[in-house]
Amino acid sequence: MSGATVSEVKFSELEKKVKRENWRRIWFRFKKSKLSVIGLSMILILLFMAVFAEYVAPYPSHAGLYIAFKNAYKPPSIEHILGTDMYGRDVFSRIIFGFRYAFMMIGLVLSIVVPTGVILGLIAGYYRGTFIETVIVRLSDIFISLPPLVLALSIASILEPNIFNSMLAVSLMWWPWYVKLTYSMTVSLRNEPFILAAESQGASTLHILFRELLPIELGTILTKVTLDAGWVILIGAAISFVGLGAQPPTPDLGTMVSEYSKYLPEYWWMSLGPAAGIVLIILAFNLLGDGVRDVFAGE
Amino acid sequence: MTAENVTTSTRLQNILSNYYVRKILLSIVTLFGISILIFTIARVLPGDPARLALGPRAPEDVVEQYRKLLRLDQPIYIQYFYWLLDVFNGRFGLSLVTFRDVLTDIVEFLPATVELIIFTLIIDVIGAFSLGVISGRKPNSMIDNAVRIFAYAGIAIPSFVWAIILQLVLANWLDILPAYGRLSLGIEVNRITGLITVDSLLSGNLVAFADAITHLIIPSLSLAIGCIAQEARILRANLIENINKDYILNMYAHGIPSSIIFFKYALKPSMIPTVTIMTLDMASMLGNAFLVELIFNWPGLSRYGITAMLRKDLNAIVGVVLVIGLAYTIASIIIDLLVSYLDPRVRYKR
Repeated sequence: MSGATVSEVKFSELEKKVKRENWRRIWFRFKKSKLSVIGLSMILILLFMAVFAEYVAPYPSHAGLYIAFKNAYKPPSIEHILGTDMYGRDVFSRIIFGFRYAFMMIGLVLSIVVPTGVILGLIAGYYRGTFIETVIVRLSDIFISLPPLVLALSIASILEPNIFNSMLAVSLMWWPWYVKLTYSMTVSLRNEPFILAAESQGASTLHILFRELLPIELGTILTKVTLDAGWVILIGAAISFVGLGAQPPTPDLGTMVSEYSKYLPEYWWMSLGPAAGIVLIILAFNLLGDGVRDVFAGE
Repeated sequence: MTAENVTTSTRLQNILSNYYVRKILLSIVTLFGISILIFTIARVLPGDPARLALGPRAPEDVVEQYRKLLRLDQPIYIQYFYWLLDVFNGRFGLSLVTFRDVLTDIVEFLPATVELIIFTLIIDVIGAFSLGVISGRKPNSMIDNAVRIFAYAGIAIPSFVWAIILQLVLANWLDILPAYGRLSLGIEVNRITGLITVDSLLSGNLVAFADAITHLIIPSLSLAIGCIAQEARILRANLIENINKDYILNMYAHGIPSSIIFFKYALKPSMIPTVTIMTLDMASMLGNAFLVELIFNWPGLSRYGITAMLRKDLNAIVGVVLVIGLAYTIASIIIDLLVSYLDPRVRYKR
C-alpha cells in the first residue's frame, strides 16, 4: 500500500524534473543565437516601458489632449529627445504610450485569433473527407484569397473608426491562417498509429484533439504566433495610418505617424519618431520569432 | 454506353483532372466566395444602407421607398442574387465620392495602380534576384552581411514608413526625384491606355516618359523593398543548400564551368521557393498600395478605395475590393503556373 504511494511520488518528481530539463534544453537552444536573445530583451524592455508608461515617460500628461503652444515644433534636444509636436507635446513620451496600444493589439488579436483558428483547424483536419472539413476549409480559403491588408481595411471601414474596431478587423482577417496551419498538420497526423490506438481504446474526440494532436502541433503554432506578432503591429499601424483605426489624440503609433506626416518635410522628427517605434517593435518580434523557430525546428 | 460516349466522358475527366483546369475552376468558386463575403460585409454589418445613402435628414417615407428600390425588404439571398446580376452587368451603383458610376471610376483609376504595381514587380524581381545571387554565391562575405542587414531592415520597416523616409530623403532633402503625383505640372499625355509610360511612348513624347519614370521610382521602391528583402533571403538560403548537394559536386567532377553550374543547375531549382513566396508578396503589394498611393497622392484605384472607405461609400468599396480580389486571383494563378514550369515535380504529382 505504502509502496504504491512512494512510487507515485517518485513518478511525479521525475515528471517535474523532466519538465525542468525540457525548459533548460529549450533555453539552451534559444540562446545559441545572439539575435534572438537581443529580440527577447528588446521585447521585455518595450513591454516594461509600456506597462509602466506613466513612470517611464518624461512627460506622461502629454499622451492625450495637452496643449502648450510655446513648446510647439521643437526639434530634438536634451529636454525632448525626439522633439515636440504641433501642440508642444513630447513625442518620446507619446511613443512610450504608443507601445501600450501596440502590445494591447497583439494580445487581444492573437488571443482571439489563435484559439479560434487552431480549434477550427483541428476539427477540419480530424473530420477529413466530411462536410465539416469542406465548410471550414473553403471558408478560410475565401478569406485568404483577398490580400490581408485589403480585407482588414474594408472591414475596418464599415465599423466605427476606433482602436477596438481595428483590432476586431484584424482578428476577422487573421483566423483563417491558423486554420490552414493547424489543418495541414492535423491531416498529416490523422492516421498515425498513436491516434488510431487512442481511437480504438475509446478515447473521446476532445481527448484526441487536445491531448494527442495539439501538444505535437504546439511548437509550430507558437513559432507562427511570435512571427505573426510583428505582422499584427504592421497591419494595425496601417489601419491607423489610413485613419480607420484609433483617432487622435490617442497616442497610437500608426495614428501618430499619420497625424504628424502632414508636417513633413519641415518637422520630420515628429513622424520619424513613432515610425521608428513601429519598426523597433516589429524588428524585436522578428528576431524573437527566428529564435523560437530554431528551438522547435530541431524537434 | 457507346464507345464514343466513353471517350468523351474520359476526355472530360482528363480535362477536369488537369491541374490547371482544376486550379482555375477552384478560383472561380473562390471568387464567388469573395463576392458573398464582400456582400455580407457591405450589407449585414452596418446600419441601414438606404439611410446611409440618403443622409440623416431624409424623411422616413423616402428612405422606405429607397429601401424597396434597393430590395432591402427582401431576404438576404434574394438581395445577393440581384446584386450579383448587377455586378455581372457592370452595375456597381453610384459612388458617393465622385457621384459617378463606380465602374467608370474604376476604369479611370485602375491604370495608375496597374502601372505602379508592374513597375514595382520589375524592381522587385531585379532586386531580389541580384541580391540573392550575389549573397548566395559568396556566403558570409562583406556583401552577404550587408544584404542580411538590409533584409532585416526590409522586413521590419513597413511600406508606408519606407515611403515617408524615401520621400523625405530622396525628394525633399536631396531633391533628386519628385515627391508627389504621376507627372510634373505642365507635362501632359493623351490618354490611350491610361498607363502614362506606355501612352507617352506611343505618342513619341520622350520627355513625358522620362518624367513618368522618375515619378514612379520612389513609390515603387517603397512597395518593393520589403518583398525584395524577403525574397533575396529565401533565394540565398536555397542557393546555399543546393550548391552543397551531390549533383552539383558531380558536375564539378565532370569539369563543367562553375558559372554554368551555378546559373543553370543551381539557380533554377533554388528559384522555386522564392517564386512561391511571391504570391504572398503580391498580396502585401496590393494591400500596401493603399497606403503608398495615399502618401504620394497617386491617382490610382487604391487611393480611390481609401477615400471611399473613409466616407463609407459602400458601392465604391465593393467595386474596388472585387477588382483587387480578381487581380490577386489572376496573379496567384500566374505564379502557380510559373512554379510548375520551374518544378516538374509539381506538374506530375498533382
